[in-house]
Amino acid sequence: MLLIHCPYCEEDRSELEFRWAGEAHIARPDAIADITDEEFAEYFFLRNNEKGLTYERWRHIHGCGRFFNAARDTVSDRFLMTYKAGLPKQPVPGVSATEKTVETYEQTEGDAR
Amino acid sequence: MSGSSHGSTKNLGAFRIKGVGRLTPARTSRFSFDGKSYTAIEGDTVASALLAHGVHLVGRSFKYHRPRGVLSAGPEEPNALLDVARDSARRQPNVRATVQEVFDGAKIASQNRWPSLAFDVGSVNNLLSPFFPAGFYYKTFKWPQEAWEKVYEPIIRRAAGLGVAPKEEDPDRYANRFAHCDVLIAGAGLAGLTAALSAAATGAEVILVDEQPEVGGALHFDTSTTVDGKNGFEWAQETAAKLAAMPNVRILTRTTVFGYYNHGFLGLAERVSDHLNRPGRETPRERLWQVRAKRVVLAAGAIERHMVFPNNDRPGILLASAARTFLNHYGVAVGRNVGVYTAHDSAYEAAFDLKRAGVSIAAIVDCRERPGEAVLAEARALGINVLTGHSVTDTSGRLRIKSMTVARNGNMDIRKMPIDALIVSAGWTPSVHLFSQSRGKLRWDEASQRFLPDIYAQDCVSVGACNGTDEASSLVHEAIAAGGGAASVSAESRFGWSGGMIGAAEGAGPDTRVKAFVDFQHDVTAKDIRLAVREGMHSIEHIKRFTTNGMASDQGKLSNMHGLAIAAEMLDRPIPQVGLTTFRAPYTPVTYGTLVAHSRGELFDPARKTPMHDLEAAEGAEFEDVGNWKRAWYFPKRGENLSSAVNRECRTVRDVAGVFDASTLGKIEVVGPDAAQFLNLLYTNAWDTLKPGKCRYGIMTREDGFVYDDGVVGRLAEDRFHVTTTTGGAPRVLHHMEDYLQTEFPHLKVWLTSTTEQWAVIAVQGPKAREIIQPFVDGLDISREAFPHMSVAECTVMGVPARLFRMSFTGELGFEVNVPADYGSAVWMAIWERAKGMGACLYGTETMHVLRAEKGYIIVGQDTDGTVTPEDAGLGWAVSKKKTDFVGIRGLKRPDLVRDGRKQLVGLLTNRPSDVLEEGAQIVGDPNQPKPMTMLGHVTSAYWSENCGRSIAMALVAGGRSRIGQTLYVPMKDRTIAVEVTDTGFFDKEGGRIHG
Repeated sequence: MLLIHCPYCEEDRSELEFRWAGEAHIARPDAIADITDEEFAEYFFLRNNEKGLTYERWRHIHGCGRFFNAARDTVSDRFLMTYKAGLPKQPVPGVSATEKTVETYEQTEGDAR
Repeated sequence: MSGSSHGSTKNLGAFRIKGVGRLTPARTSRFSFDGKSYTAIEGDTVASALLAHGVHLVGRSFKYHRPRGVLSAGPEEPNALLDVARDSARRQPNVRATVQEVFDGAKIASQNRWPSLAFDVGSVNNLLSPFFPAGFYYKTFKWPQEAWEKVYEPIIRRAAGLGVAPKEEDPDRYANRFAHCDVLIAGAGLAGLTAALSAAATGAEVILVDEQPEVGGALHFDTSTTVDGKNGFEWAQETAAKLAAMPNVRILTRTTVFGYYNHGFLGLAERVSDHLNRPGRETPRERLWQVRAKRVVLAAGAIERHMVFPNNDRPGILLASAARTFLNHYGVAVGRNVGVYTAHDSAYEAAFDLKRAGVSIAAIVDCRERPGEAVLAEARALGINVLTGHSVTDTSGRLRIKSMTVARNGNMDIRKMPIDALIVSAGWTPSVHLFSQSRGKLRWDEASQRFLPDIYAQDCVSVGACNGTDEASSLVHEAIAAGGGAASVSAESRFGWSGGMIGAAEGAGPDTRVKAFVDFQHDVTAKDIRLAVREGMHSIEHIKRFTTNGMASDQGKLSNMHGLAIAAEMLDRPIPQVGLTTFRAPYTPVTYGTLVAHSRGELFDPARKTPMHDLEAAEGAEFEDVGNWKRAWYFPKRGENLSSAVNRECRTVRDVAGVFDASTLGKIEVVGPDAAQFLNLLYTNAWDTLKPGKCRYGIMTREDGFVYDDGVVGRLAEDRFHVTTTTGGAPRVLHHMEDYLQTEFPHLKVWLTSTTEQWAVIAVQGPKAREIIQPFVDGLDISREAFPHMSVAECTVMGVPARLFRMSFTGELGFEVNVPADYGSAVWMAIWERAKGMGACLYGTETMHVLRAEKGYIIVGQDTDGTVTPEDAGLGWAVSKKKTDFVGIRGLKRPDLVRDGRKQLVGLLTNRPSDVLEEGAQIVGDPNQPKPMTMLGHVTSAYWSENCGRSIAMALVAGGRSRIGQTLYVPMKDRTIAVEVTDTGFFDKEGGRIHG
């Protein structure tokens, strides 16, 4: 069970109190009614699903109720940082958010060996 | 039976050695094994008590039904799995005899044998074993496919398998606790206790956990290690007492750290009362601890491996450390004439202890040419025959070992030595299970031939034998450092240990056809692992699954390293390249009871009940589950079933009136100067045009344009809305609203509060609704003119502050009386009392469903399914054309959502009025089309309508509204039903009644 720091309560609380809320830093377009189908697809349907460093939203649903942002490493499941909603994407010291190559079957087989 | 002492009259067992061991013979208890009664001493495990009476044969093996005895003295035990019962319901199969302590009156039985342990028909499998190699089941029973489920699997499961679960409900209580600490230490041997002293000295909150009944770990058997000048085990007990007296230390014994999860989260299973003679009713049987530790010290020790040689599985063959534990702790000799077969110095010490206790040692057979000098010298001094460079190449004895066959390595000359027990050691495997569960990475240490912790993934440190640190004084230094503080502990051992081997020993090599067991619990031999490699399994994960090596409930604690080495040899690859299978939680089996704890029966999934629940139950209501809610489903009178009750309720509501509990509807109070603007953004409708005192039916879409929820929203003031949602949708609608309010529209001054459980809602519907509630309402004119349909107002009802809605989900004149939940039952009673006198009825959700369907009102989630737009549902009128933004405005413009031919909600009337369609049934245009037929849609709602005198249905049909008047078909299993497509209103199409 993950231990998550709520940037509003300023406390580490158990995952039981939180709910994941999807990828972070996807802003709803201002003139949403006028965007193209491609822009709408990009905004609503497409997600990066990165391996490694990801930025995502969580809600302290059984606590203060606030949505906030988190930088998490999906490989180690480690929370690198959490910060309040509305703040720009925060850099994580020492970690670069580069896209990783997709794992091939051969690579995973190599792991098993 | 009695737990009290009668001293010398008790038979404590012929193999119990007086003056040896730490148990107190004065305190005894009685237990039975396979119907025969035995005496045990308090503190005995089932294994030590049976061995004291010379009982080695305790089970039959999984596949070949070979006789098996106790192998270990700890949780790694693969053989001695027994059925232990207190009574018929308190019976547990597959209990490890080496872990379970004897309690008075325990009824213990062996498993996997018929008719008896000594004569087991299933053992014919052993003779047929050439026909059951690894992978046998996969190859033999794969055809025909249908036979697997019905024939093969049941037969195989009966013949193999282990114990049988009891049929009765578990009568015991299980508890759980959460805990937090600075340092959790797993294992209370020399390393764990020393680390605890060091950590506790810093003032840190420490939890020290050990799976055994008392601390000490390997000091249970290791009598040649002294700590601070004392006998190691005594030092351990004194240290534990000292630690227990400190306010910042908690010691949990009989407790297993079974799982090490993310962020310092650990699962512990505490066995609270399984060892007690008569546990009190209030005592839980087991307790689950969920601990969040800032740091973890792993002091889990090491597990001794057996030797892999021909017929190495006979009863009477034990691990050397186990024999030493039985002797030094329980005072039990495993035999009178014991052989030793080893590749490691530690087994010598077992021989020394046995010899000193008066047991004769037939020989120490050491496959190495050069054992450690110190143990060799001591063996000579004690006059023990040591055969170095020799191996045990076979054993004899059907139900108990009778002899070992010994040969010089590489030599054909053999000699047979009679023995009644054989103790073995191939060395020690560090217990890296928890380290690996924490996602730490292991490295292969070539020199010591073992995997050791390398890269840590969490704030955790391994100390002692689980870290490959064997020597006592370095172990103590390591543990003090790990504790983070200081402690004064000095330890020394008389003998340093060396040696160890993994893989098959002499006589069990690739050129042989013998049964040399690697995994006792799953009957996997060295030959099976080689076969797996020959059949093309080259990854250890594949070899594991093909042979099932390490897949039994012991999870390969003894077998994994041997299996790996044999596979590596066959593959001619170094061990680290063959890999290691993943260690997963739990470390040892955990009962379901522990994991479930209090979450059973009524607490498994707590029911939500409305304030009027009990009153409805008293009126004979049947309830249905809607989400977690219990909702009154229908109110049968004597002799009525569901359909006759619903027919009566439907008629009565339209003829007179009905009273309905609508309290479960989700309610959200939306307040603030920007409340109307916020609702404009969240709903498809326009809300700024709604005047205070009025309500409006609203539709909420998601950004993709599909219907998400619906409900009536009342405006109580310029800045205050009373929003209702569907019963099941309340939490997600609030979450959805909060999401937009907090992250997309944070500039709006709006506050959202869930008020679902604050209001009791009593709906009164029907022509006499106004007359029924009139006398209870104060401060409001509810006449037709003053309070028309879709009005809302605050008033008092029976003197209670209320919100009164004039609204209807039935198409009748209707009111919904909202009163604070605590007054719900009082107001309900008064309204129902008056309504009953006027000929009205109570009605439930089933009638509510029928009545709304008669009017064509949809239920989100039943008539919509997440792919339906407001337009599809015939609710296009509720989507504002003037607004420039709302959630879903762009999604609704997507090409697929505006194309022709989308599925639309329509009505269906069966050609035969008495046919009621099945919800979910598919609809086709041409019933004679060959399969696969073109499906046009499906039935979403279908009922018998007593008020219409016929069946009615709603359906989503492709291009539905353009098909009105057409005949379509609903093919069922036994017939095809012809239906006419209609619009969705079936009753009072003009809609006059609602304004009554």
